[in-house]
Amino acid sequence: MSATVITITSGKGGVGKTTTTANLGVALALAGKRVVAMDADIGLRNLDVVMGLENRIVYDLVDVVEGRCRLRQAMIRDKRLSELYLIPAAQTRDKTAVSPDDMVRVCDQLRSDFDYILVDSPAGIERGYQNAVAPADRIAIVTTPEVAAVRDADRIIGLLEAEGKDTPQLIINRFKPDMARRGDMLGTSDVIEILAIELIGIVPEDEAIIISTNKGVPAALDEKALAGQAFRNIARRIMGEDVPFMNLRDSSGLFSRLVSLIKQ
Amino acid sequence: MKVGHGQETEPSIEKDRRGRRMSLWRQLFGKREPTSREIAKKRLQLALTVDRTRISPQLLEMLKDEIIAVISKHLDIDADGVQVSLTQQRSEHRLVAEIPLANVPRRR
Repeated sequence: MSATVITITSGKGGVGKTTTTANLGVALALAGKRVVAMDADIGLRNLDVVMGLENRIVYDLVDVVEGRCRLRQAMIRDKRLSELYLIPAAQTRDKTAVSPDDMVRVCDQLRSDFDYILVDSPAGIERGYQNAVAPADRIAIVTTPEVAAVRDADRIIGLLEAEGKDTPQLIINRFKPDMARRGDMLGTSDVIEILAIELIGIVPEDEAIIISTNKGVPAALDEKALAGQAFRNIARRIMGEDVPFMNLRDSSGLFSRLVSLIKQ
Repeated sequence: MKVGHGQETEPSIEKDRRGRRMSLWRQLFGKREPTSREIAKKRLQLALTVDRTRISPQLLEMLKDEIIAVISKHLDIDADGVQVSLTQQRSEHRLVAEIPLANVPRRR
């Protein structure tokens, strides 16, 4: 068994990288995969609270890199899923405490025991991002249907291309189908046309995400949450299944407009 | 999974028959105010083209002036109507110059 390292990044902050990492970790583990979720945002750790594991942290990634503990000691097993682990970031240090080579080394140590290693990247394009991207076999770019987020996503795509990384895949987060339908939000088709990379998921804006983050229980565990379903679908696509997109797509093309007019 | 599909009514559609027919025509073919979605898309495309190609609006302005100068030597053009812009479709970027001719007689 050799794990696939998937880095979740975005350029812009606040678009949902950490939420995406936590939920994909849960969804992949629910599907029976062995998963490690790693927080690469040194100094601003958050993945632990989103996963509800903040009270169990003893050692962190920097402790591993600096040799204060063994890798296994920094791995926190999820409360609900026995095949899901978290490696938290350090809270008291900064990005320079870890190098891209360190990240590659840590991931290589984990590869033989897991199916997927998810790396939660910090925002930006500096050291923290470079650390997160260094070990990646695949990269998922999270964006929201907003001008600033899409522009930053494009910048990341350009940087990855320049580095010779495989073309990243796209997750559109916080999509509001009704707003897109009214012409008040970029549609998924607009974002795909502009960024011209493969789409692997559309996650609708969903209050369940806020509630689940309040509780530290990722929405992917909630059968009824729409966003949870979207994350479970992305996990299945990551595993190579052909899963149709949920019917969230906005209808803005000529054909859809005709259909919606006829329906009235 | 179905999400409120088809339950939205287009706000621009008027109630009476004539109005409705007009807006159907307008919606499909006619001119109307661009939606904020369309504005966002246009702005993004322009910003990204500038980001990717590193062609600044200042450079475009300079190109425009030089194009006007060159073409004016040979043709009578409407210099105020000249537009030089960048467009993007998928991964193809294109420099587009629109140069209206001036004083063309309707018929010889």
